Amino acid sequence: MATDTHETVVSACLDSHGGAIGMPQLCGEWIPHQIFWLLVALAATFFVMSRIALPRIAAVLAERSGTITNDLAAAEELKNKAAEAEAAYDKALVDARAQAQQIVAEAKAEIQAELDVELAKADAQIAEKAAESEKAIAEIRDGAVKSVTDVAKATTKELVAAMGGTADAKTITAAVTARMKG
Amino acid sequence: MKLRKKRVTQVATETEAASEGGLVFHPLDQFIPTSLFGDGAVHWYTPSNLTLWLAILVLAVVGVFVLGSRGRGIVPSRIQSVGELMYGFVYKMIEDVTGKDAVKYFPYIMTLFVFVLFANYLALLPMSYSPTSMIAITAVLGFGVFIAITVLGFVKHGTAFLGLFWMKDAPGFLRPIIAIIEVISYFVRPVSLSIRLAGNITAGHVVIKVFAGFAALTLASPAAILGIVAIYGLEILVAGIQAYVFTILTCVYLKDALHPAH
Amino acid sequence: MEGDIASIGAGLAAIGSGIAAIGVGNVAGNYLAGALRNPSAAASQTATLFIGLAFAEALGIFSFLVALLLKFA
Repeated sequence: MATDTHETVVSACLDSHGGAIGMPQLCGEWIPHQIFWLLVALAATFFVMSRIALPRIAAVLAERSGTITNDLAAAEELKNKAAEAEAAYDKALVDARAQAQQIVAEAKAEIQAELDVELAKADAQIAEKAAESEKAIAEIRDGAVKSVTDVAKATTKELVAAMGGTADAKTITAAVTARMKG
Repeated sequence: MKLRKKRVTQVATETEAASEGGLVFHPLDQFIPTSLFGDGAVHWYTPSNLTLWLAILVLAVVGVFVLGSRGRGIVPSRIQSVGELMYGFVYKMIEDVTGKDAVKYFPYIMTLFVFVLFANYLALLPMSYSPTSMIAITAVLGFGVFIAITVLGFVKHGTAFLGLFWMKDAPGFLRPIIAIIEVISYFVRPVSLSIRLAGNITAGHVVIKVFAGFAALTLASPAAILGIVAIYGLEILVAGIQAYVFTILTCVYLKDALHPAH
Repeated sequence: MEGDIASIGAGLAAIGSGIAAIGVGNVAGNYLAGALRNPSAAASQTATLFIGLAFAEALGIFSFLVALLLKFA
């Protein structure tokens, strides 16, 4: 307290050692002082706020909300563009798939046709070979049957001769043929 | 605030009792305005510690609202966002409580809010001086609001503004009685507005000072220091709430002036 | 202990602060009860809460002021 060392009373509301008598707030002597400086400070605050601070903050807030709105609009536009691009991509994909399927089907048909021709050719060859083979087999079989008949005739003749009989060729042939069939 | 061993005063009984007990409480001495230059008497024009702290207040306002928003950043700096937060807070309060047509009074209400808020918070700094604990100062604020709002009401609505006191919904014989009560409560508004603010801030500072006095006793000092911490926390809350209440009541009263019909 | 009759008056006036505390507690408690019943409406009534708290508290501050006046003025 500045008045501590001071023994003279400088105010009706202070004792000789600078302590307060009563509430300093209610001391009438200081009230004009308080009001004067309050008004000065209030005026300064009001000037600063209304002339400088508030318009500036309002401008900044408006600018920010404008920027945000613009950015949101831009984002919306970009989103639409992205959706369009996606749709185009999907369409391209579907087209490509359809085309691929078509190509596959064509290739398959072509291959099938070629395969059919080759198969037919092969079948014909096989049939020809089979016919030839059958003919050869038939010849061989005939040959074999004839040989067996000859051998059987000869053997029969010899057997008959050995048993002391005589047989004419006609009888032997008929007997062998009957046996062979049986 | 220095402890004085002994003081010789006109009110001898009080001080003798105090100095004999070893405990010396001068909780109100913190509100004495002292001259900054020299020890002379404090006249109305004298620069005092009140002047100093009001100047600090104005500088703080400039720092937060002017220097803080200097960058005008789309992405705000920290101090700028504090200023914008207060701006949005008060703006929304006026819109919600008073209505959209009251937005043109925003600078006045914002000035009041910022002044009271900064005064309350700066007063919580140790060794500082609290302007809002002065009843004269809050009375100027309160009566200023009251007179401005009353004049505004009469300018906007003429004598129809008196309809504020005349309840058309009430039964006929009750209307004069209600009108008297309404008039009284209307004139109590500035008194309660100013005394609430000054009383809250004074009470907080006095209580802290009394606890600080107890801290001089060795045994009681831990409890006293804990008490100071707790009360200080409460005072931080009260400082904000009182600024809010002062502003929102101003908005409520302004609403009565703009729309006197109930 | 020495003292004067004003100190007794100041002490009596300080009781008013305690009674105002009941009022403040009433306001806050009823707000909380209402807010718990209907939490969606709570946010819109905070302004009313603070106004009510301020009115209740102001009367306690009046009695504190009377105590100060009796003691120091």
